[in-house]
Amino acid sequence: MSSETKQILTTDGIPLEVSLKKAERKNKIKAFLLVAPLLFFLIITYVFPIGDMLFRSVDDKMVTQMLPKTFKAMENWDGQELPEEEVFAAFHEDFIKLVEDKREGKLSTQLNYTKNGFKSIIKKLRRASKKFEEGNYKEQIMSVHKRWADVEYWRAIQRRAPEFTGQKYLKGMDMYVNEEGKIVSVSEDRRIHRVLWLRTLEIAFFVTVFCFLMAYPIAHLLATLPMKYSNLLMICVLLPFWTSLLVRTASWMILLQQQGIVNDFFVGIGLVADDNRPEMMYNKTGSYVAMTQILLPFMVLPLYSVMKTISPSLMRAGKSLGGTPFVAFWKVYFPLTIPGIGAGCLLVFILAIGYYITPALVGGASGTLISNQIAFHMKSTLDWSFASAMGLMLLTGVLVIYWLYNKIVGIDNIKLG
Amino acid sequence: MASKKDFVKFDKVDKSYDGKVLVVKDLQLDIAEGEFITMLGPSGSGKTTCLMMLAGFETPTNGEIYLDGKAISSIPPHKRGIGMVFQNYALFPHMTVYENLAFPLRVRKIPKDEADKKIDKALSMVSLQGFAARMPGQLSGGQQQRVAVARSLVFDPQLVLMDEPLGALDKNLRESMQYEIKHIHESIGVTVVYVTHDQSEALTMSNRIAVFNDGKVQQLSSPDELYEKPVNSFVAEFIGENNTFGGEVSDISGGKCKVKLANAEILANPISVKGKGERTTVSLRPERALINPSTKMDNLHKGKIEEVIYHGDHTRVRINLLGNPEFILKVPNSSSNLDIKLGNEINIGWNSDDARALDPK
Repeated sequence: MSSETKQILTTDGIPLEVSLKKAERKNKIKAFLLVAPLLFFLIITYVFPIGDMLFRSVDDKMVTQMLPKTFKAMENWDGQELPEEEVFAAFHEDFIKLVEDKREGKLSTQLNYTKNGFKSIIKKLRRASKKFEEGNYKEQIMSVHKRWADVEYWRAIQRRAPEFTGQKYLKGMDMYVNEEGKIVSVSEDRRIHRVLWLRTLEIAFFVTVFCFLMAYPIAHLLATLPMKYSNLLMICVLLPFWTSLLVRTASWMILLQQQGIVNDFFVGIGLVADDNRPEMMYNKTGSYVAMTQILLPFMVLPLYSVMKTISPSLMRAGKSLGGTPFVAFWKVYFPLTIPGIGAGCLLVFILAIGYYITPALVGGASGTLISNQIAFHMKSTLDWSFASAMGLMLLTGVLVIYWLYNKIVGIDNIKLG
Repeated sequence: MASKKDFVKFDKVDKSYDGKVLVVKDLQLDIAEGEFITMLGPSGSGKTTCLMMLAGFETPTNGEIYLDGKAISSIPPHKRGIGMVFQNYALFPHMTVYENLAFPLRVRKIPKDEADKKIDKALSMVSLQGFAARMPGQLSGGQQQRVAVARSLVFDPQLVLMDEPLGALDKNLRESMQYEIKHIHESIGVTVVYVTHDQSEALTMSNRIAVFNDGKVQQLSSPDELYEKPVNSFVAEFIGENNTFGGEVSDISGGKCKVKLANAEILANPISVKGKGERTTVSLRPERALINPSTKMDNLHKGKIEEVIYHGDHTRVRINLLGNPEFILKVPNSSSNLDIKLGNEINIGWNSDDARALDPK
């Protein structure tokens, strides 16, 4: 036989490959058209928002666009001494325009993110600028407030010149670029985010552990009980799914508060003194209890679906071969449930790490998570770019966990149901 | 081998799951050491329940089971030391063949070099040397079954239970596995209790067969006796093919009886009929009836051929005989001189000894 493979022809003399492609093309187009709406939907609802979020977190065009002439004039400034008159003149020109558009407030907010103290001096400058005479803007601006004569503040403005910045990410890690351009941590009393990240990981980890410990026996029971009982139990597991998250959290508030049912019960059986009721809410305990209960079905279902496929004869085989019930469980049954454990833990951990409503309601100050901080910046400070940056950091964290899981357990070794 | 007659003994064993229905009724069964005994019966007849009670996965509701003279009802399954082969093999899917076989040895704390020897021996017994590193999923059904057999034998149990082990295999493989299991049994002399609903499997492999129906052992005897001399119409019907005539005993004398059918009278061998006027079902194996018999037979009747089916080595002929339109005859294809054509009337004869008058259906 020759080394070159002979081209196979159909009975009509057309090359087989061409003929095959032609025959399949119609089906391919049909298949694509069928999935196209969903693909389009996914792009709009998934790829686009995440892309927008990514862009927003590094986007710093606002200031760049508000002070175009200033930054142009600043290009020749070395940042050592106070800038020359031309910078002040350009700044004045930009500023007057902003005042006309009533946008100087936004500028003050933005600059205040970079350095505290801009808000008041911009207000002062706006009032003073109405009486400004033409020429020698440097003197006039510097006379408005002593901070306008401070080179630090002009450096702060210059730092906002680039259109893109990673400073929101640094801020999320309680770090910033200092005057020398070095990345340093903020002073200890102002570090809030690192604590939150660690607490988020801690709570997510323990919620996963608690869910696992509780879900394993439940799932086993579900998988082995006769149909009529297991259906009832399944409904009990799924019932929380069908109630609103808010209702479930609120009912935990009723149960856990200091004058609540659980505390009443503890007092009733003499476990705690009436005047010394433990606080089970508005702290980590509240977050643990409520999140474990709410996330439990996400652990039960993958475990159940895996356990359902494990033939009872395997345990019997283990026992008939001489293994004690524990050995049969540990060597035979447990290893076979690992795909379900992996799926359940991954699911619960990822959901817990981004949990928001429950910790916000029952977590109090010591039980809130990073997502509450994100929500705070979305709703209260309106620093969306910072919220986006933290959201993306969270997403990256989740992807890292996913990657680690894939490395350690293997992602094909997962079974979601 | 100083074999015990009652190595395994079921003593008045009852079993009920719901407290209303007995699935096993008053079971009395002795199994000798080294015997290959098969529990045969339709599904729901209680045979698997018996096996599970012996293995320890079910407890008898009443009565006691003895293994080698010891009552075992209170011994948990893992301490009984009984090997078991399951219907769906029950190989541990996350372990290699080697690890599967090592499992029973490891829990018995057998040193590794000794265990390796035993595993090698067990694998060579089922001719699977070189498969030790494979995962069960990489093996064919027949190979998995062999691993399961090897695993049940590797720790040298005195008793091995097999629960329809060949049920999932195709016909050819099943047949070759039957011989293989039979040979393993013969070579190592282990006692085997085998459960199946496949009668040809039971006939091929067993020393004795216990036919189960309705929670009771209907007949316990060797395969040939079971086939040739069924003691009741259930066994006759369940094992092999069977022609039946329902009628009433009109006379009984000298080891023979006359059975009156709707429009004729036949001679039969009274097995479970005692006197005149009893209802009975007469059972006759297809190969015991001959067309135009050359020797004298005490039953000779005319029938019309309704259907002829070619089966390769033999031809099945369905005949309308004495009001039974389902009378089957097996004619060897060598006897081609016979005039077997659809619609022909032929003479059919049989000996009254082979026509067993059993209990009425």
